[in-house]
Amino acid sequence: MSLANEGLIVARTKMRKRGMLSYKTRKRLTPLFYVAPATFLFCLLMLFPMITVLRYSLMDGAIMKKDAAFIGLQNYETIFTDPVFWQSVGQTLYFTVMSVIFHLLIGLAFALLLNTQRVHPMIRSILRVLYILPWLFTAVIIAIIWRLLLDPNGVVNSILMTLHIVNSKVEWFSSTKTAIHALTFANIWAGYPLYMVSLLAGLQGIPKDLYEAAGIDGANEFQKFRYITIPQLMPIIISIALLDFIWTMQVFPLVWMTTGGGPIHSTEVLSTYTYKLAFSSYEFSQASASAIFILIISMGATYFYIKHQKAR
Amino acid sequence: MNVRRYIAAATSAVAVWALSATCAFAETNLEFIQWWEPEMPAGALRSIMDDFEAKNPGIKVTLVSGPYSATHDQIVVGAASGTLSDVVGLDGAWVNGLAKQGAIASMDSLMADAKYDQSQIADIIKVNGQSVMFPLASFVYPVFVNLDLAKAAGVDKMPANRTEFAAAAKKMTNADKNEYGWVLPLSLQNPGGIQNDVMSWVWASGASMLKDGKPDVENEAVVGTLEYVKSLQDAGVISPGIFAKKEQDKVEEFVNGRVGMMIDSLAHINLIRQRNPNLKFGISALPAVDGYTGKRGLPYASWGIGISNSTEHKAEAWKLVEYLMSPEVNGRLVSLANAFPGNVQAKPDFSKSDPLFEEAFKIFQSGHLANEFVGLPVAEDLMRDMNVEVQKMFDGQQTAKEAAANTQKQWLVDFAK
Repeated sequence: MSLANEGLIVARTKMRKRGMLSYKTRKRLTPLFYVAPATFLFCLLMLFPMITVLRYSLMDGAIMKKDAAFIGLQNYETIFTDPVFWQSVGQTLYFTVMSVIFHLLIGLAFALLLNTQRVHPMIRSILRVLYILPWLFTAVIIAIIWRLLLDPNGVVNSILMTLHIVNSKVEWFSSTKTAIHALTFANIWAGYPLYMVSLLAGLQGIPKDLYEAAGIDGANEFQKFRYITIPQLMPIIISIALLDFIWTMQVFPLVWMTTGGGPIHSTEVLSTYTYKLAFSSYEFSQASASAIFILIISMGATYFYIKHQKAR
Repeated sequence: MNVRRYIAAATSAVAVWALSATCAFAETNLEFIQWWEPEMPAGALRSIMDDFEAKNPGIKVTLVSGPYSATHDQIVVGAASGTLSDVVGLDGAWVNGLAKQGAIASMDSLMADAKYDQSQIADIIKVNGQSVMFPLASFVYPVFVNLDLAKAAGVDKMPANRTEFAAAAKKMTNADKNEYGWVLPLSLQNPGGIQNDVMSWVWASGASMLKDGKPDVENEAVVGTLEYVKSLQDAGVISPGIFAKKEQDKVEEFVNGRVGMMIDSLAHINLIRQRNPNLKFGISALPAVDGYTGKRGLPYASWGIGISNSTEHKAEAWKLVEYLMSPEVNGRLVSLANAFPGNVQAKPDFSKSDPLFEEAFKIFQSGHLANEFVGLPVAEDLMRDMNVEVQKMFDGQQTAKEAAANTQKQWLVDFAK
């Protein structure tokens, strides 16, 4: 064999080796190939838009100006010095916290009612259907229902006036004093079934022997509830409350369709504030800064949620 | 020999393909985004486009249609990404932003090239001196009066001035029966109530909220109007729930006979007839200040038309705009849409429309179109700012003068952007 031929063979072997991945490398890469499609979709649908919004929030006149320049944190400064923004933050927190608390209380009460053996199964089935109804409506329908019910000439005022609870027509969504409470009430009505269904599933999973043992030890109904039911439901309660907090903080259609953030900003929440900045004022950069603020708060809640899930 | 035949046949085939392909490539496809098609009788706009295509071989029009708000969002996104349709349906409130963004083209050079007679156009909307929008069809906002309620209340003629309106509203109000003289929608979701139901009083009396194109909200006419609407509220003649009320609520209350008068679009006549065929109602021009004898400004909303700046087919797009603005086509389009024409020479045929349209057309011809929000920067935002100040005034937190001053302050900031 000539020297030239030998060289050729060595080169071919090297090339073959280079072209073929070793078993170890392939083994290491295989899982990455499995997650690649999901990662690609995540980057395309989640990461890319988030980075884009973050970039917009650091620019002057994003979207509207062709030569939008980098201006650092000026947009954040602008919105943080706007009193309406802080009013929106306060109202968002009130709306969210009250919604989460009452979702939990009403959801738990109805779940207990549907789980008790003291109510006839037929009535329980009917109640189950009735109680879950609000969950079936879209936000637009819920807004229309409550706008009609709480209209100054609506059913609620009519009942309250007949019962002499109020003397005149209350303008529920049209008064600065009542609008945020009326809105929160509508949201509570719309959201409790999620808790009810989840907690009912949790209640049905609590072993009966725990209650029997407690009964033998002389525990009354309240003590059983306090020391068995609540601790058993706690993982579900925490998970669902954290998720509800994140979702409720971002509620937009219900607020928009009922009050549009008014009257006089009294129901302005972060989502409506951001929307108006973007699609009414065309201040997409400031809207992006506000959206990033919402994202950070949501991420805080998400962190606790993930931590809680890991702990379980 | 056979080979030669094959070659000849193949050459012919290639030639035919090339010819047809060239024709195909030569054909221009115009995209026309608007919200009008769903609001017109089924197939009406398409049939106008078919006629245009027949008269302009080589141009095809694709209609991109959707509801108003979805179309707005789509136009905003299209303008931002440079993918705006060739021909664009426009609302006066969007024009300034789109023009400043460079998304819609100036039609001045196109008009000059075509030696277009601008005098036939009822109104040309300009931004920075550039003609960017023609109102193709206008929907005026007269006062609708429930004739049964008026008769029962002893109101025997349409109110012609503010004093007569206030008196009529007072007579028609009976809170115990849930009947009110007037309805005012001031929801912040859609602040159009400021334009249609509040500032329209200013324009009806020949006054203005602008001076040299800049805000002039603190003038007597505007403050006087704010004081007037506040006096109506104080008199208890406005249907309750003002701050959460939207335009559709206003129409609904009128349809149900709960309010005596409303300022509303003529486009709703058919809807009102459908919803309550027994309702007897009439229309009249918006009352002016007492003693005013000049021409009345008629508030209006319009279907505007413009051309995208990013289109590669500006000449073809102009042909479509010119066609739609021509007297004959414009007359046909507005007759179908129950609107008034953008071309002053157009003769709409209202013979098949509601008799009130004939009456409204007389009001239209005796007055002039007035909507000062058209073409203003961030027009919707301006309305919303003023809406908040008017709400504060109604809520007793400030006087009409303070509301006007605060609006002026806010508007100056918006104009400076």
